[in-house]
Amino acid sequence: MTWQPTCSIETLNARAELYAQVREFFSERSVLEVETPLLMGHGVTDRFMKSMRVSGVYENAGFLQTSPEYAMKRLVAAGSGSIFQICKAFRLEESGSRHNPEFSMLEWYRVDFNHWDLMNETFELLTKLLGKRARVNYSYQEAFEHFLNLNPFQISLDNLAKISKESLGDLPDNLEKDDYLSLLFEAQIEPKLGINHTIAFITDFPASQSALAKIDPESPLVAQRFEVYIEGYELANGFNELQDAEEQLRRFEADNEWRKENNLEDIAIDDDFIGALKSGLPQCAGIALGLDRLLMIKQGLNSIEQALTFPTFKTNL
Amino acid sequence: MGTITTNDLRNGIKIMLDGEPCSVVDNQFVRPGKGQAFSKTKVLYLLTGRTVEKTFKSGESIETADILDTSMEYLYTDGEFWYFMDSDTFEQVSADSKAVGDNAKYLIEQDKCHVMLWNGNPIQINPPNFVVLEVTDTDPGLKGDTSGGGSKPATMHTGAVVRVPLFVNIGDKLKIDTRTNEYVSRA
Repeated sequence: MTWQPTCSIETLNARAELYAQVREFFSERSVLEVETPLLMGHGVTDRFMKSMRVSGVYENAGFLQTSPEYAMKRLVAAGSGSIFQICKAFRLEESGSRHNPEFSMLEWYRVDFNHWDLMNETFELLTKLLGKRARVNYSYQEAFEHFLNLNPFQISLDNLAKISKESLGDLPDNLEKDDYLSLLFEAQIEPKLGINHTIAFITDFPASQSALAKIDPESPLVAQRFEVYIEGYELANGFNELQDAEEQLRRFEADNEWRKENNLEDIAIDDDFIGALKSGLPQCAGIALGLDRLLMIKQGLNSIEQALTFPTFKTNL
Repeated sequence: MGTITTNDLRNGIKIMLDGEPCSVVDNQFVRPGKGQAFSKTKVLYLLTGRTVEKTFKSGESIETADILDTSMEYLYTDGEFWYFMDSDTFEQVSADSKAVGDNAKYLIEQDKCHVMLWNGNPIQINPPNFVVLEVTDTDPGLKGDTSGGGSKPATMHTGAVVRVPLFVNIGDKLKIDTRTNEYVSRA
């Protein structure tokens, strides 16, 4: 029989309870709950993310959103103040024991916060939801030094390739420095983060992995971006949000240039999002947190399917 | 031969790597650091039995291996090859010592064995989980000792050496678990 949900009724209840606690947390802090469309006219230029397309709605193509980020920043730029949203997000070809192509996300933006303030608030929220845990902080560089005894900024590509191949088995050819660093981080650092009743914050990612974060004005190699890890799961990703429309546009154009060189299709840049930045996005920090993974951690589940009612594919149980 | 992409990788799927057939025994999608996505797999090289960690770029195409798992009847050996027959088609195949390996000591004529074929040739032979073998050599049995308190080595007619209870004698037929090489009972 395959009609039944893959999660237990206990997990259904736990999800409802989790969402109620999240709403209570933000209500106490006067952060407004909002809703933005899942279906919009623009996708993302992100080099490695694939949006799902919907035909027959917009003239060219409609896109199921990979995150509510652009729409929520448009609200912040329009004067909403601090906002949060619990919504679905969609990413093509992301499937595995920790990924489902359709997943649930908690995303929030705090006006007048920087990423340090937002980390404090994230820690408060997670200890409310999961119970008492100690906080652990590493910069990206410290994490590599602590767990792998290497400096990710100074190590040469050759050395990095050699270390990666020795410890990670057979790897694809022609990987870039960030690929090796990411694979090493995933295999050898991530499983050790947030264990023994801790919540681990990784800060100061390389500028090459800045996405929509500001670059640190005092250290141009570093982006004001952080990630949160619990029980070896990457749970959330936060930014001190980039306000500079020109810089954002340059990054999107560079993405499309890269896509062209790598024979990927050009993705139209979201003019409305750029327009919102041009009109002025207030200083804010924002974060996206995976709710299915949070539920897995809370309930001690091994596979994302055990957190979902009806997963896209039933292949990972 | 067909090709698949990393999106089709599942445990148990058979692929070609370095010209050798492999079975995927573990597959994880990862997209670390918001960068490019990978499929991190563990693959078992079917000819050598070694397991290797192998990472693919997401979306990469991979050649599939023509592997067929069949059940065939063991016929006989001429010392160099072991011969098996498909009971439906009466088609026969011959397996070399590399394919048979240590399992030669469990092969009993007319037993149904699991035969893995690569491009029609046997590359792996697995005997039934339980086989009946005859004891050809062991220390004399201790009469009256059925407590199972001790054990001794016994050589079977196929060459297998199994630890058996003290009461077992030459000529006894024994049920042996081929997965663990352990004595189960008298047959």
